[in-house]
Amino acid sequence: MVEISHIPNRFTAAGLSVFTGRRLSLAALPPPAILLPALLVGAAMFLPALYLVVRGASASDQAWDLFFRIRTLETLGRTLLLAVCVTSLSAAIAVPFAWLTARSDLPLRRMWTVLLALPLVIPSFVGAFLYASALGPRGMLQSLLEAAFGVQRIPDFYGLAGATLVLTLLSYPYMFLTVRAAVANLDPATDESARSLGHGAWSAFFRVTLPQLNPSIAAGALLVALYTLSDFGAVSLMRYNTFTFTIYQQYQSSIDRSIAALLSFALVALAIAILLMESYTRGRQRYYRAGAGSARRPRAAKLGAWKWAAIAAIIATLALALALPAGVLAFWLVRGVSNGEPLLLLWTATQNSLIVSLAAAVITAAMAIAMATLLVRYPTRLNRILESLSYTGYALPGVVVALALIFFGANYFRLLYQTHYLLIFGYAVLFFPVALGAVKASLLQISPRLEDAARSLGHSPLRVMLRITAPLMMPGVLMGGALVFLLTMKELPATLILGPLDFDTLATEVWSASAEAFFARAAAPALLLILMSSVPMTLLVLREKRALG
Amino acid sequence: MNVPLIECIQASKRYADTLAVDAVSFGLMPGEIVSILGESGCGKTTLLRLIAGFEAVNGGAIAIRSEPVSSETLHLPPERRNIGMVFQEYALFPHMSVAQNVAFGLHNASPADRRHRAREALELVRLADLESRYPHELSGGQQQRVALARTLAPHPIAMLLDEPFSNLDAGLRHSLRLEVVEILRRENISAILVTHDREEAFAVADRAGVMVAGRLEQLGAPADLYRAPVNPAVARMVGDCDFLPGVAHGVFASTAIGDLPFICHSAAISDGDALLVMIRPQDLGVAATQSGDCRVESLEFRGGETMAFVATPGGAIVRCVRRGYPSLSPGATIELTRVHDNPFLAFPAE
Repeated sequence: MVEISHIPNRFTAAGLSVFTGRRLSLAALPPPAILLPALLVGAAMFLPALYLVVRGASASDQAWDLFFRIRTLETLGRTLLLAVCVTSLSAAIAVPFAWLTARSDLPLRRMWTVLLALPLVIPSFVGAFLYASALGPRGMLQSLLEAAFGVQRIPDFYGLAGATLVLTLLSYPYMFLTVRAAVANLDPATDESARSLGHGAWSAFFRVTLPQLNPSIAAGALLVALYTLSDFGAVSLMRYNTFTFTIYQQYQSSIDRSIAALLSFALVALAIAILLMESYTRGRQRYYRAGAGSARRPRAAKLGAWKWAAIAAIIATLALALALPAGVLAFWLVRGVSNGEPLLLLWTATQNSLIVSLAAAVITAAMAIAMATLLVRYPTRLNRILESLSYTGYALPGVVVALALIFFGANYFRLLYQTHYLLIFGYAVLFFPVALGAVKASLLQISPRLEDAARSLGHSPLRVMLRITAPLMMPGVLMGGALVFLLTMKELPATLILGPLDFDTLATEVWSASAEAFFARAAAPALLLILMSSVPMTLLVLREKRALG
Repeated sequence: MNVPLIECIQASKRYADTLAVDAVSFGLMPGEIVSILGESGCGKTTLLRLIAGFEAVNGGAIAIRSEPVSSETLHLPPERRNIGMVFQEYALFPHMSVAQNVAFGLHNASPADRRHRAREALELVRLADLESRYPHELSGGQQQRVALARTLAPHPIAMLLDEPFSNLDAGLRHSLRLEVVEILRRENISAILVTHDREEAFAVADRAGVMVAGRLEQLGAPADLYRAPVNPAVARMVGDCDFLPGVAHGVFASTAIGDLPFICHSAAISDGDALLVMIRPQDLGVAATQSGDCRVESLEFRGGETMAFVATPGGAIVRCVRRGYPSLSPGATIELTRVHDNPFLAFPAE
């Protein structure tokens, strides 16, 4: 019944030689089908960092001179100031709304949740041009006021105020979603024990509930701060010079690329400092419930008359973050169409956007599968280093990754230089951490016992991977892919720098039209871009709904 | 033919700086059910994982039907061992129906044959009518029966059961245990069952073993284990007991509650040796007297009987179980009396 004749009949080391042709599998060693791709991904993630070091080390004295002459310290201050403003304002919006939509008896909670998350799909340069055309010096608000009250001037909207407003309204959803998930998962028993230990409702909230939310608030703040650091579109349209814009300017105007590299170095150092701060706040706290018993469904907090104040605040936020941009977009679209703006030209740009975004999503998700498997199933020291490398994409803004890849393309891989391949590779480096996070989370939920069971039922590791692990990992892979698709659609600086000559996507169309204040021409591609980003976004929200059962 | 199906020879597994399995040797004979009893963390699950091939040994060897499968230089992967494993958390594949789960191990058979054998295995566990359900649509007991059917279907050489009933509530645990043992016996399947539940270990097994800190301390018929544990650690695992320090003189051990006749299997004892005398709760009676030198510390009412925790003059606590509702109260002064003439088991004090 059982064939075991091939097993060597000796216990000695000589038994090995009888074992020829059979793989000696030691449980702790990852199969090469997983190890090799993961190592390649790790190496790819290392390229941009390597570029910065190489370039920084070889920078000429003149470059250093210029680095200080262009007031790097001032740029650093401006960038930091913007990051602090956007992050704290986002927290002020996101944390209360997260609690209200997850834990209170607010009516229409699900609808508010979806609407409050929706500004996420508006790319920052689109948002910036919409707000500029509405609230700018000679914008719609001013002409309305002039018609009604004869107001000739309104306060200047450009600069810090404008950049803060635009970036806050577009990036608070990152924090809202992160914190809301944590609020929804809070075990009501902890709040109840605090109350039974003699703490009032407010004291229990501040001493027990809020500290449990700290990791999620920090994680959300990290996303918002890194988004602000790496943003290029909004700060350039709002004429608030941060690192990304200065780097792009240097890249465009100066022959010596090492100045841009030095500036990038400073920007990356800043991003890494923020990452370290976040991991410090996370400390040794655990995110999950300790101990036995399943959490009860919490009772919704009663708002009473505060309900109306909450709804008013939500509607005011939505009016500014969603209704205003949508209205302005519709206005410019109508005006553009009635002025005979050609819509046909958009077909190529739409096609380009779709193709590169899909390709980036598929490739990045595939890379994430290999890396996540290695990290979760074979946790060794080498693999932890690989993991930290994988997350460098978080700290590298699109501008920096693009510059690094241009350097390697121009110097070592001429075949790839100015091709779609290099562009897609750039997206993969940029958005790999997002995909990895999603895939890793779903893999962590698959008990290794399932794989053990499949092995003991006679299946090889590869078959177990294909028949058991891969299908169960699919939700996370799809989610990671959808996120990468969404982010690629929106990505501007990497597309501008890495794309082949005359390669137009919806993002670059919007950018070039709005940068020259042809708002009517920017409206159609902007609308298309938003609609197409909404597809994966809706998928993600629907999936979350189903997960809630 | 008296060849063990599975044989562990000084099998050892070391993680970083802990020895999870420490030179364990034993054999599983055809048709036999062996249970391994131990507290969580004693290495009993690791032992099963070594046998199944999920982990490699660091020392010693494991053989299946006299053919080595694990040693320091050799490791046959689990998929080529044909040893079935049933997991504590069932480990059913959530994306497959019950029928697909059970057929998963039958990959070398023709499709018709596969359906037939999956059906057969499901009938064994009386779940044939649920074959199109998905795991999340089943109760815990049903899930574990599907897991059993899945393991039975490919006709494994032997079956390993890792705390298979511990995720079920008490009533179900008992009835499923009876059912599983009945199936194993009827199909003549040899099995190793690992558990921390003493009653379970004794009830299912031909032989039971006790594992403490990675070592298989004793293996034998359950009654022998209970009657003659080889050391205090094994004694504590196989039955409720307390230990009173004493000193040997002749056949008696003098203890805080008087001279008790003793017997020691594990070492030669001479007069004056320090001993630990094992007291089972059934061994002693309680007499309420004013002159007694023991004191009732606390009482636990258990329905048909009451457990008294009694402090002896030396400070050691011994438990005494009394039928019915003895008129005792905490703090009462009492005397402990012997209720039988059998000698008490004693171990040399370390």
